[in-house]
Amino acid sequence: MVNFREYKIGARFFGIALGGSMCITLFLPSFDFRNVNATEVALDKQLWAGWESGFNLDDPWLRGDHRPLRVTLKVDPKTGQPMEATTAYVYPAGTRMPNGVDHPDILGAMVQQLSLDKGRISEANESQGAVFLLSSEPQGDGTKQFYIEDASATKGWTPDAVLKAAGDENTYHAAYGKAIFVREGCWWCHTLLPEETQDWQVFGAPPMLGDFNGESPTAFGSDRKAPDILHVGSRNSSREWMMMHFFNPRLVQPYSIMPRFDYLWGKVDAKGQTIDYDKWRSEYNEYVEGQRVTPPEVPMYASNSDARALIDFVLSLK
Amino acid sequence: MLKYLFAKNEDIPDGAAAVYFGFSAITWFVIGTGLGAFNASKLAFPDFVTGLEFVSFGHMRQVHVHAVIIGWISMAFAMAMMYMTPALGNTKLWSEKLGVWNALLWNVGLSLGLTLLWAGMTSGREYSDFPWFIDLYVVFLVVMPLGINVWKTIIHRKTQGIYTTNWFFASAVFMVGVVFLVGNLPEYFHLTGLTEAYLTWWFAHNVLGLWITPVAAAIAYYTIPKVSGNPLYSHRIGHLHFWSVVVFYSTPAAHHLMSAPLPEWLKSFASVEGVLILVPAVAFVSNILLTMQGKWNMFVENLEIRFTVTACLMAIPLNMQGGFQQTRAINWYIHGTGWIVAHAHLALLGFSTFAEVAAVYLGLQTLMKRKLYSLTLGNLHFWFLLIGFTTYWVSMTIAGLIQGAGKIYEVPYIDVVMAEHPYMIARWIGGSLVFTGNCVWLYNMWMTARAGTVVPEGRMPHELAYER
Ligand code: HEC
Ligand code: HEM
Repeated sequence: MVNFREYKIGARFFGIALGGSMCITLFLPSFDFRNVNATEVALDKQLWAGWESGFNLDDPWLRGDHRPLRVTLKVDPKTGQPMEATTAYVYPAGTRMPNGVDHPDILGAMVQQLSLDKGRISEANESQGAVFLLSSEPQGDGTKQFYIEDASATKGWTPDAVLKAAGDENTYHAAYGKAIFVREGCWWCHTLLPEETQDWQVFGAPPMLGDFNGESPTAFGSDRKAPDILHVGSRNSSREWMMMHFFNPRLVQPYSIMPRFDYLWGKVDAKGQTIDYDKWRSEYNEYVEGQRVTPPEVPMYASNSDARALIDFVLSLK
Repeated sequence: MLKYLFAKNEDIPDGAAAVYFGFSAITWFVIGTGLGAFNASKLAFPDFVTGLEFVSFGHMRQVHVHAVIIGWISMAFAMAMMYMTPALGNTKLWSEKLGVWNALLWNVGLSLGLTLLWAGMTSGREYSDFPWFIDLYVVFLVVMPLGINVWKTIIHRKTQGIYTTNWFFASAVFMVGVVFLVGNLPEYFHLTGLTEAYLTWWFAHNVLGLWITPVAAAIAYYTIPKVSGNPLYSHRIGHLHFWSVVVFYSTPAAHHLMSAPLPEWLKSFASVEGVLILVPAVAFVSNILLTMQGKWNMFVENLEIRFTVTACLMAIPLNMQGGFQQTRAINWYIHGTGWIVAHAHLALLGFSTFAEVAAVYLGLQTLMKRKLYSLTLGNLHFWFLLIGFTTYWVSMTIAGLIQGAGKIYEVPYIDVVMAEHPYMIARWIGGSLVFTGNCVWLYNMWMTARAGTVVPEGRMPHELAYER
């Protein structure tokens, strides 16, 4: 064995160089990230998206299991009295709590304190499930400070009662939809990041430093082959359009290169009838060749289908 | 090969692991580029094969990327390490048995990982798409055994100094392990938000900067002197290259997120460090090209030299892009466009792949002691790769510039999609050429193993005349 001594200096320099660069690129930025207070956008997003939208042990195949739901309440779930429309985030029993509830310190000092003191989020737990609200506290300077409120603790709302009070038509499977967004690789074409230069004029405001606390994965996307969809729900809120576009984008946009996502409809439609894809496709081909005047009708998706969840998700991107 | 898994280390012939790695790498190259060509066809003709979850673009893209990076690129690196490290230390590989196991576990892990990705089990993080248990598999069952073999071989060398190539090998296997561990922290510990976004790109940048680029360069440092017979032009410049990679290449990760709301100081820092990447780049290119002095005839006559020098020439535009495209003045135009895809392929399919192809050609011929079966097919391979790649690169660069213009002039997006269409078709044709070339290569190497002219002891394959 040849003596290694002459390389000891080299090895030490190597350690210093690599360690130094890691210090600058990993350690120092962590201070900036840690001091950010979560904005309203970040709180809303983590509450509807839940703990994790990518691979996780609760839903390894990203099929939408154990996901929270976003609902619009028009009646009080306890008394049944009509009330002002309110957004609530429902975590049925067995659903992992959102990141800010699991680890309040990621919310930033101010939001953490309000969420713990006024929002009582430390009382929320996975085994019983919880209902959250996005609440705010007026500040001295006229602005509002948002925080997470655990309505199961402060108001005694249970997940089941809230879901029942809202009804299926006011329930949005946005978290399930985001999991599909990740699974189906929409982010290889669409970004979720209007750039800070020009393109926000078309795609809407670029996000800010505090808009991401608790989100995972952020799935910004890097090569854009399609419009940015961070704010697509504000440009286009038509369910009909989305339905046709996902089933076959070329129904509404003949030059689109977006893939067909008709398989997200599953086997049956809303009425429980089997969807005959072969027939649909051959009729569509006839339409493309000019042998039919109108394209075949797009089947209505079943309420528990992937397609419904995906559209709920896309329309929640305001 | 499988019979060596349980053989005694002494009974395994020298180079068995390298040959196993070499053929695995070529096979993954064929698979990976086949998938690439399939993806390209889907972006050109979205209804090409449709209506099935498993053939949709969103499921296949990451499979292509990981098949080529972890299958082709990294296994070819391992192949090179298995035969260059001992050769440069005038010794044997520390353990052929570990090497053979390493190759087997690599193939198994990668096949598993790709199947899961294909089925949609993904972390949703670009380049670190594998779920965390596959990442751990990569660290402990893929990178570690490779590292142990390389380090042990270097320690047991019979030369006094350590040659440039081996500094790079020894440090790069260490660094890629660290990168896989640190870059996936968001998955192990569920870090979220901007931390997750930043670490995703920290990982992506450093896998390229501390693994692929330095190892590809290290390979060229071996191939060119070995085949041309010239000594390396300058070890000093080699030092400069090595240290500037460690110091400058490991820092600009944030330049992938120039339009995200990261702290401004971090973006400015990354932007400046990015320009400093030119230091190792210029050192490398000049060192290799100057080593060729007096032997430029081999650029025409010798296949390995032609591949390596082409790689080196492609590193010039690559680093000019790499050095400047993260500056704010340029980044706002090209960020997120096909330009970046073209750049990524210039790095991986151009520079790095060409250097490795040469190493695999050289290594397999030397270790199997067989001269290449057919030079004609070898030449065909070269031109298919070069023409295919160039078509890809030119078309995607143009497509990227169109997208950039569309972005800043706020053209309705669908018009950009329509304008890109011809370039998408061109990219698909280019990619198919690369794929065809690779099929030819696999056949050629297979026939070399079976029917190549035997190379006598003590001779280099290229010293023999072609008979076919
Ligand atoms: C191959 C790339 C590609 C993939 C993958 C893709 N899209 Fe698209 N998408 C496009 C293109 C191109 C357009 C613009 C033309 C059009 O309207 O179809 C578009 C348009 C859209 C729009 C309308 C945008 C607007 O500004 O009105 C939405 C919403 C959308 N896609 C959602 C999705 C979702 C959700 C997924 C994943 C299930 C997805 N896309 C997957 C390429 C893609
Ligand atoms: C047959 C040749 C090839 C074809 C047709 C091809 C095609 C493609 C396509 C269509 C994409 C998606 C690009 C996009 O999202 O716009 C892609 C991405 C990618 N490919 Fe290839 N590829 C080929 C060969 C290779 C090779 C040999 C490598 C590496 C050795 C490679 C590495 C990559 C990488 C790293 C990406 C991700 C790029 C990015 O994120 O910008 N490809 N390829």
